[in-house]
Amino acid sequence: MTLSSKDAQTLSATQSPAQSKKAKAANSKLDLLSQNVCAEIDQWLAKYPADWSISASMPALRIVQDSNGGYLTTDLMDAIAEYLDVPAISIYEVATFYSMYELKPVGRHKICVCTNISCMLCGSDEIVSHLKSKLGIGFGEMTGDGKFSLKEVECLAACGGAPMMQIGREYYENLTTEKVDEILNKLA
Amino acid sequence: MANEVCFKNHHLDKPWTLQAYQSTGGYDVWKKILNKKTQADEIISELKTSCLRGRGGAGFPTGLKWSFMPRNAPGEKYIVCNSDEGEPGTFKDRDILRYNPHALIEGMAIAGYTMGASVGYNYIRGEFWEPYEHFETAVKEARAAGLLGKNILGSGIDFELYTHLGGGAYICGEETALLESIEGKKGQPRFKPPFPASYGLFGRPTTINNTETLASIPSILQNGGKWFLEIGKPNNGGAKLFSVSGHVNKPGNYEVPLGTPFAELLEMAGGMRDGNKIKAVIPGGSSTPMLPGDVMMDVNMDYDSIAKAGSMLGAGSVIVMDEKTCIVKALARISYFYYEESCGQCTPCREGTGWLSRVVNRIENGAGRPEDIDLLLDVSKKIEGRTICGLGDAAAMPVSGAIKHFRDEFQYHVDHKKCMVSAA
Repeated sequence: MTLSSKDAQTLSATQSPAQSKKAKAANSKLDLLSQNVCAEIDQWLAKYPADWSISASMPALRIVQDSNGGYLTTDLMDAIAEYLDVPAISIYEVATFYSMYELKPVGRHKICVCTNISCMLCGSDEIVSHLKSKLGIGFGEMTGDGKFSLKEVECLAACGGAPMMQIGREYYENLTTEKVDEILNKLA
Repeated sequence: MANEVCFKNHHLDKPWTLQAYQSTGGYDVWKKILNKKTQADEIISELKTSCLRGRGGAGFPTGLKWSFMPRNAPGEKYIVCNSDEGEPGTFKDRDILRYNPHALIEGMAIAGYTMGASVGYNYIRGEFWEPYEHFETAVKEARAAGLLGKNILGSGIDFELYTHLGGGAYICGEETALLESIEGKKGQPRFKPPFPASYGLFGRPTTINNTETLASIPSILQNGGKWFLEIGKPNNGGAKLFSVSGHVNKPGNYEVPLGTPFAELLEMAGGMRDGNKIKAVIPGGSSTPMLPGDVMMDVNMDYDSIAKAGSMLGAGSVIVMDEKTCIVKALARISYFYYEESCGQCTPCREGTGWLSRVVNRIENGAGRPEDIDLLLDVSKKIEGRTICGLGDAAAMPVSGAIKHFRDEFQYHVDHKKCMVSAA
């Protein structure tokens, strides 16, 4: 999964791993990655040793997912592999192993509800059934208008504010059904 | 005595800023080390005196761990901070990242200096966006103040610090899975040996410490190892953050001396909610065996006392359950967690966590069979000690713990196809 030393020699601090390769590749998918996305990935690449571009697979997946409405496609994963100059399988492996990567479309607001022990003790069952009936969807589903999707997640390390949920990058803690309504009503 | 180490700046306005941190002597230790070129042995010896033990859950003596690093070996070495907080019941590192990030930065810099590493990575779980931003802002502040980077304050010493964000996987809290994850791979733990101190991140010598452990270092070196030791008790030095959650009035993080009676901690957390009686406590995070409430009321919160009572202090994650809690339901949720989070690498864990989860679940849902309780104990035993990392044990221990103390509830579920608690 790592670059061969020969490949590594072609890298330099200012050149992203795939740039030298870009001209060669027929049916390249690199165009799927915008300049902004590439620039952001480059910032992460700079954190790792030059011959470890694979280390940027996780940030790259997150950045690309965010720029694609919250989910990844095989083409996008192929583009990341090409950009980082690593085998596509190593990107698929990462994308399927970690829970934060989505491989099918999700709502504009992905609601991640913790149901683990501390949240359960503090009433997450009630929060979950309220969300399900309010949105008319179950876990792993999206509302018809594409606004919300619902996901059951494992402990998000905010047990002091149980029950809790995450929407986008925000944590919402000490939830009640009224508070959930308020939060959802404010989301565009 | 509370809030003396990682939370010592909690009372300040915007405690996460460089200014607030420096107002209580922050970075003085780092500057002194850079200036005097303190011997690494001196630092390690101070840590050994302090009896600081790893705060991530394993409780391994930090000074000893640091002494394993071949600090004079040529080539790059790494310091890695484990901020992949995710053991159910644990939420202390999040608050260190949010409210005292500079203590962690200073601790990592000192760790780097002591172990001959000029690069550090802080692995923050991907869901922690706000803590990540606080930490990154603090790193920028420290860099701008010349406290990180090349030739720090003209000392000739370099230390650079980067954040790696996780992607949602509890297993990455296991240190070698975490290294795999920084290397951009699936978080599957490595066989040991070789240990990270000889073959770690990018194949280089590496030491991994928990957030709270590293954030405690500056205070220890500022006040001396003896000071820290004496906050706690022998072999259990210092104060520790306890994350208290569940059926209490004021859940939250409490930094108190190791050895504090559980009853006192419970009182700090506002006592039991709704005036209910205490039934059971998970003292150190979901992987540690639960103990009956009355046992806990006589236990002190330190590594040795909790071990003597039959459980583990773990990461200090105290989950309190009242008399209305169904233990079978609680265990079902915990077992499902380990099933969900097993990386799938070792057969006993991959298959065993599924068995545990399914069997506890059928007992909970009134479909338990007479042989199921013993089946659970049998499966637990067959997982324990037979896996590459500790996740297998972590899945097995809560099962045997719950059955040991609350077997009657499991039996009632099996016999009556309903819950003892809600039936009462």
